[in-house]
Amino acid sequence: MTEQLFVHGAEWTVKELFCYPNEFIYWSIQIVMYPYMTGLVAGAFVLSSLYHVFGQNDIKDMARFSLVFSLALLPVATMPLLMHLQQPLRAMEPLFTPHFTSAIAAFGIVFSTYAFIVLSEIWFVYRKYFVEQVAALKDQAGIGNAIKCRLYRILTIGAYDISDEAVAKDHRAVKILAGIGIPVACFLHGYAGFIFGSVKANALWMSPLMPVIFIMSAVVSGIALCMLTYIIIMEWQKFWAGRKSSATAEQIAGAEIDMITKTSKYLLGFLIAAITLELLDLIFRGYTAMKSWDILRSVMYGKDFLNIFVLQYGLGNLVPFILLLMPRLTIRRAFVALCLVLFGVFMMRWNVVIGGQAFSLSFAGYMHYHLPIIPHNLETYKEGLFGALTVAATPFVLFWAINKVVPSLKSTN
Amino acid sequence: MSCSRRNFLKTALSGSIAASLPLTMFRFLSPAQVQAATESKSDTRWGFLVDTTKCVGCGFCVKACKLENEVPYDAPVTRTWVERYVVTKDGKTHIDSPKGGRDGFVARHEDEDPNAEITKAFFVPKLCNQCENPACVQVCPVGATFQTGDGVVLVDRTWCIGCGYCVMACPYGVRFFHPEHKVAEKCTFCYHRISKGMKTACVQACPFGAREIGNLKDPNDPVTKTIMTERVAVLKDEYGTKPQVFYIGLDTNVR
Repeated sequence: MTEQLFVHGAEWTVKELFCYPNEFIYWSIQIVMYPYMTGLVAGAFVLSSLYHVFGQNDIKDMARFSLVFSLALLPVATMPLLMHLQQPLRAMEPLFTPHFTSAIAAFGIVFSTYAFIVLSEIWFVYRKYFVEQVAALKDQAGIGNAIKCRLYRILTIGAYDISDEAVAKDHRAVKILAGIGIPVACFLHGYAGFIFGSVKANALWMSPLMPVIFIMSAVVSGIALCMLTYIIIMEWQKFWAGRKSSATAEQIAGAEIDMITKTSKYLLGFLIAAITLELLDLIFRGYTAMKSWDILRSVMYGKDFLNIFVLQYGLGNLVPFILLLMPRLTIRRAFVALCLVLFGVFMMRWNVVIGGQAFSLSFAGYMHYHLPIIPHNLETYKEGLFGALTVAATPFVLFWAINKVVPSLKSTN
Repeated sequence: MSCSRRNFLKTALSGSIAASLPLTMFRFLSPAQVQAATESKSDTRWGFLVDTTKCVGCGFCVKACKLENEVPYDAPVTRTWVERYVVTKDGKTHIDSPKGGRDGFVARHEDEDPNAEITKAFFVPKLCNQCENPACVQVCPVGATFQTGDGVVLVDRTWCIGCGYCVMACPYGVRFFHPEHKVAEKCTFCYHRISKGMKTACVQACPFGAREIGNLKDPNDPVTKTIMTERVAVLKDEYGTKPQVFYIGLDTNVR
């Protein structure tokens, strides 16, 4: 009976009543992580574009930070897919044999377009900085400085002109790229919603609203993560600066509550849009009461009630909504609210992906998902808690490395 | 210097665009168009007929299928299976398919009241419907699953990336991951047999003639005749997949 172990999905699926024999929870935690990470990428980019395109000067520092952070998140969006594939070595095939009827096949095209836009935008934002670094490091001794100088030289791609005219051109390019980037970022994530929304076999997923809901919650989670990381880093610097005598005024200042308050306004706007659409979807399903509604209702109002209404809508949406709206916002309150927002969006992805597989295609049975925690083989690592944590931790490691080259946290004033 | 670099970059960019243009100018052909252009139209369309009134739930078909198609015998996945429906007087429907019905059905269904009066009970064999408009083929990101000219949907084991999108897209739950090959797996109507003029393993194993396979394009084929002249039904036609497995005696309780 050892061969039973190798049936994908059997490890973490418990069936109740009648499910077809081949039904398991095939799309597990990594497919929860995939839209979550893509959403963070898209959201971080949209936040940075609010400044570059619409000239929202109040979030200038945040915009630069979130742009670099979205680059750190970018490669991580592909990680869950790689960990989920049964044949990860064939991961490049969708790029070689594009199949225009499949939503997944678009991933390579959309993703590379988006990566190109983010990279070139960062280049235009930091070009002047690269040139200045080359000039500063040129005459300094030491192998480290030589390597750094070489790196910055490569990064300038030979464009050393930093006259006012040239820099103004850079700014214009950034504005254009950010402008193109918004629809592309929305498309990147909207299409992740389309992957689910177009599965006609799945009663919970199939909805034309799915891509829009995904975009809205993506922006919410992206803004929340950028704000949260910004608060943590700034407060961390403040904490360390307090111990050193050489600290600058800027380090002691910590996170600016003004900026947090202003950014949270955008967050609330997108949050309202996301919740409205989700509730519309729910009400519409209940009102039309198609064949699948009986089982959907028993899942939503019964088995998954805690996940959907308590954790997602209650703790993840309503509580932070009130916390952020209450007057005299403090950094500490914003911190709690942002953590809850991120949790709420994660629960939304969970309830879509896992919730969509919580009932049988026969509408006569249920499937329960048990997240593998302690891995005992590669599969239970990849599609278990530790696989998900690996994915969640990677962007911060990448950001640390990228931020060494393109510092995004220094104030521009 | 900077001017010549600019020119170089400009020329390189326009050159590469020009080089890639002829490729994109070709019309994108659908797989069906390619087939129509390269192959003569097939005079075969495989279809299946299940007479549920004849099925006794012995499970020989499931056994034969697992052995013929090398699906690990004890793994809880199967290309074909048999469901048992027991409707009791209180209006409840009890459905089960232990091990896909491989070892037959003995005891009464576990969630069924042993004293409840049974009003009707029957078996329904299931297999891939080889849909005319297959959702699984539509969603495959690499074209590893495809429809042959004679209507059977197959999986290329050497090209499938194992994303599971086809598994999710099938409304009938016939797809799964092969425990050894780690790629999508499904009923092929025993394509290796039918293309050589043999019957499928399940059809051959069925002692009661509940399963039959035939060519729907041949009006003289007994299966085609039955489908044309008798009252037959298909499973879940609301998904628009146009399934090609036809059932005699299908009940409203069948899922």
